[in-house]
Amino acid sequence: MRRSRGNRVNEHGSGIEGEQVKDTATNYVTEDGRTIGGVIMEMKNITLRFGGVVAIKDASFDIHEGEIRAIIGPNGAGKSSMLNVINGFYHPQEGEVWFRGEKRPSMKPYEIAEQGIARTFQNIALFHGMTTVENVMTGRQLMMKKNFFWQMLRVGPALDEEVKHRRKCEEIIDFLEIQAIRKTPVGSLPYGLQKRVELARALAMEPKLLLLDEPMAGMNVEEKEDMSRFILDVNDQYGTTIALIEHDMSVVMDLADRVVVLDYGKMLADGTPDEVQRNQAVIDAYLGVEH
Amino acid sequence: MGDIIYGIFADPFVQMWQMPDFLMQVLWEGFVSGILYALIALGFVLIFKASGIFNFAQGIMVVFSGLTLVGLHALGVPAWLALLLTLATMYALAYSVERLILRNLVNQPDIILFMATIGLTNILIGMGQWIFGGETKTMITKELFLPSGSSVWEPGGGLVIFQHIDIAAAVIAAALIVGLAFFFSKTKVGRALRAVADDHQASLSVGISLNHIWVITWFAAGIVALVTGIMWGARSDVSFSLQIIALKALPVLVLGGFTSVPGAIVGGLIIGIGEKVFEIYWGPLFGSGVEGWFAYVIALVFLLYRPQGLFGEKIIERV
Amino acid sequence: MFYREAGQFKATYQEDLQAFPIRQDKIGIGIWLAIAYLYIPFFGIPGLEYGFALNAIMIPVLIFTITTIGLNILVGFTGQISLGTGAFMGVGAYSCYKLTSYFPDTNIIVLILASGFVAAAVGALFGLPSLRIKGFYLVVATLAAQFFLEWCFIRIGWLYNFNPSGAIEVPQREVFGVIVTGAAAEPATRYLVVLTILVFLTVIAGNIVRGRIGRSWMMIRDMDIAAELIGVRPLRAKLSAFAVSSYYCGVSGALMVFLWLGAAEVESFDVNHSFLYLFMVILGGLGSITGSYMGAAFIWTFPIILKEVGKRVFDINPIVMENVSLVAIGVMIVFILIKEPHGLARLWQLVKQKLRIWPFPH
Repeated sequence: MRRSRGNRVNEHGSGIEGEQVKDTATNYVTEDGRTIGGVIMEMKNITLRFGGVVAIKDASFDIHEGEIRAIIGPNGAGKSSMLNVINGFYHPQEGEVWFRGEKRPSMKPYEIAEQGIARTFQNIALFHGMTTVENVMTGRQLMMKKNFFWQMLRVGPALDEEVKHRRKCEEIIDFLEIQAIRKTPVGSLPYGLQKRVELARALAMEPKLLLLDEPMAGMNVEEKEDMSRFILDVNDQYGTTIALIEHDMSVVMDLADRVVVLDYGKMLADGTPDEVQRNQAVIDAYLGVEH
Repeated sequence: MGDIIYGIFADPFVQMWQMPDFLMQVLWEGFVSGILYALIALGFVLIFKASGIFNFAQGIMVVFSGLTLVGLHALGVPAWLALLLTLATMYALAYSVERLILRNLVNQPDIILFMATIGLTNILIGMGQWIFGGETKTMITKELFLPSGSSVWEPGGGLVIFQHIDIAAAVIAAALIVGLAFFFSKTKVGRALRAVADDHQASLSVGISLNHIWVITWFAAGIVALVTGIMWGARSDVSFSLQIIALKALPVLVLGGFTSVPGAIVGGLIIGIGEKVFEIYWGPLFGSGVEGWFAYVIALVFLLYRPQGLFGEKIIERV
Repeated sequence: MFYREAGQFKATYQEDLQAFPIRQDKIGIGIWLAIAYLYIPFFGIPGLEYGFALNAIMIPVLIFTITTIGLNILVGFTGQISLGTGAFMGVGAYSCYKLTSYFPDTNIIVLILASGFVAAAVGALFGLPSLRIKGFYLVVATLAAQFFLEWCFIRIGWLYNFNPSGAIEVPQREVFGVIVTGAAAEPATRYLVVLTILVFLTVIAGNIVRGRIGRSWMMIRDMDIAAELIGVRPLRAKLSAFAVSSYYCGVSGALMVFLWLGAAEVESFDVNHSFLYLFMVILGGLGSITGSYMGAAFIWTFPIILKEVGKRVFDINPIVMENVSLVAIGVMIVFILIKEPHGLARLWQLVKQKLRIWPFPH
């Protein structure tokens, strides 16, 4: 599972070692052959308050297209809140969110989904009244267009549309290796598999930006390895940009292209995993001394 | 068109001004029915505060307690004994409900619990009609030493009539409310009740016996139901139609907040007085019977703009 | 061994997406339809007097099945509780009455189906609060609808053509020469019309529920926040649920008055009826169309059966049995909610599970 992420190669093949990759307008290709594009999302001076509590204070960072961005920090640092701001669930009192080159106004959650942002949740938010395949199908909701009349009839265009999307969902189910539990009601699945189903559902939306809220929480080593592999595969095969919150540093080191470190709502560091790991402020606040 | 505007915005107030004694009568009537709504709502609040369950069966418990009392007396049991036995029955009822129903529905969503208490209502109606028969009964007011007759007040040549039973109802209700307020804030059991209302798990972890508390709560609600049943039955006979009137407690709770005792009272008074005034002064414009829905529409407005009611706690939803 | 699915392979997604993918289920439904269309209209129910079987049992059960499907769409599939069902049925009934008063020559069946749209509009209007009010509190909003509409049915004389008694009397109407409504309509005719409308509406409900709209309803029910983040617009999902649900209730209300009771007063649409229909949904199983059939049939026939058995076998007063059935239904509701919230429909599925492996124990 280990891949070297530290070395980057620009278009002309020469390595850029140890440099902070920030604000590049040009695409570049990493050592393992993935293309990282320009800035897809930018957070500018975000401040988020809940009543008297300041959850995020003046945070700014960007996310590049096709990369895997990790957001880390101690508990209560504002990571989940940040994710909620990214996916439009919380509206920051100050600051701007720019998505794909445009300033993003205050939007409703379903408008965010229409823009192509999908997410998973820390405490799984699957639809418990449905089976695995039905849950994954819900991810296709925005892409299903046939109107009420055809829905009543079902035979004809509505059924064709249903089959088309079902086919796509089955591909995703194969990709994440959950075929065996397709018809199982999700409520009866073990935690690790539920997380995978939630990932499948998010993938079904074919998102431009995928937000993962602690995708490895509560998993054992084997499950973590599987999930890490899937996340890498998603980024590799579908080119999906991924932003994830994670606690496990070894996972972050292996998966992330760049890392944002938050503490008490403030930005502590922003750079590659190597840089961040060596950053003194981060070590003091969060990592501790390496043994 | 001008007539309608005049009718809505001016005429009712003119009438109120011209006949102040009639206004007083209307306000008094509204006040008394408001107190009774408040009492029913109080029963709900007790149970909801302690167990988070909206016990829709409170309405039928009002009827059931009244029926038991009258029925026992009809069998020849002296009033004081009948009172005690009814209390005992309400306790037994509380205990069985907790054991058989509540205990098994601990983690279910609100709707499931609500529907379970609707089922319970069915059971109590069936049993009530079976045991006591479906006809209307008269409350044993004399035997309970409740006053009858009326007093007349003639302010400035006008006429306002106060039924003694209404005055008694107001006084008894006030006493009950003060007693409950004292109970909640000063006694150990009262404090435990508030802890349970806040967080079941936490209360368990500090050693409060949930089941114990719930039984006490349901019993207290039973007492409130009995008092309500007696008072309401004294004013207008004991019958199963009371159960529908008990539905009115829902808007009271919305106005006052589901978890607030003072809220239940204020809400009850607002609804009671409000609907009477609306019916008498604006009713002729719309057609009579508006009191059937007035309370619910007010509740609807509150739900849209101030869902926690006047005194309830704000509900915050976290992702 | 009767219910074995072995050997029935689904080679395409279309096959997998069928409503009844298992052959034995299809045969079962075929048998039910055959009995319903070929046996009952001619012979009634064995052991019961013909008129009684149709007028007191079959016709009301079928009508209430439509109501239950409608309410199930709202409560079971979308998770929005409603105690306004009685009133919405009233809207359908009074709309149909006014429509047929203005268009006495139009096919009454068309008018019945049209009156559903009036109910749908009213239902969507009263469903607006569901966007702000969630879960249990919605009960209060639906009660507001219930009591307000009841008041309208009394106060707005135009609805019942200013008839001094306040009630509506169903006029005689014909369809293709056959008398369908009014005192002269044959029970078998009315039964067949109701049955056909029910089958038609069931197919439509089944289709909607299995498609994207039904899925959006269930998403709202299970986790409305996650649903919104996937792209479901709560306004559209909830209002469509209220509209479709009220359509079914409205049609069943019109059928109830025009093809069963022959006349109606406000009492037929009161809050007690709203509770009754809610019981049908709960008992049958939330979120199940098959369950709606079972719930309606059970709640309606159980008291009748109890009274008959009480009278014939034990010689007990029917009023006593009425109370017994009230208690029994209450007990069943509580029991179902505790043990099996998915009601009779789930119990039926369990029976089928057993049938798969019968005669082996496991």
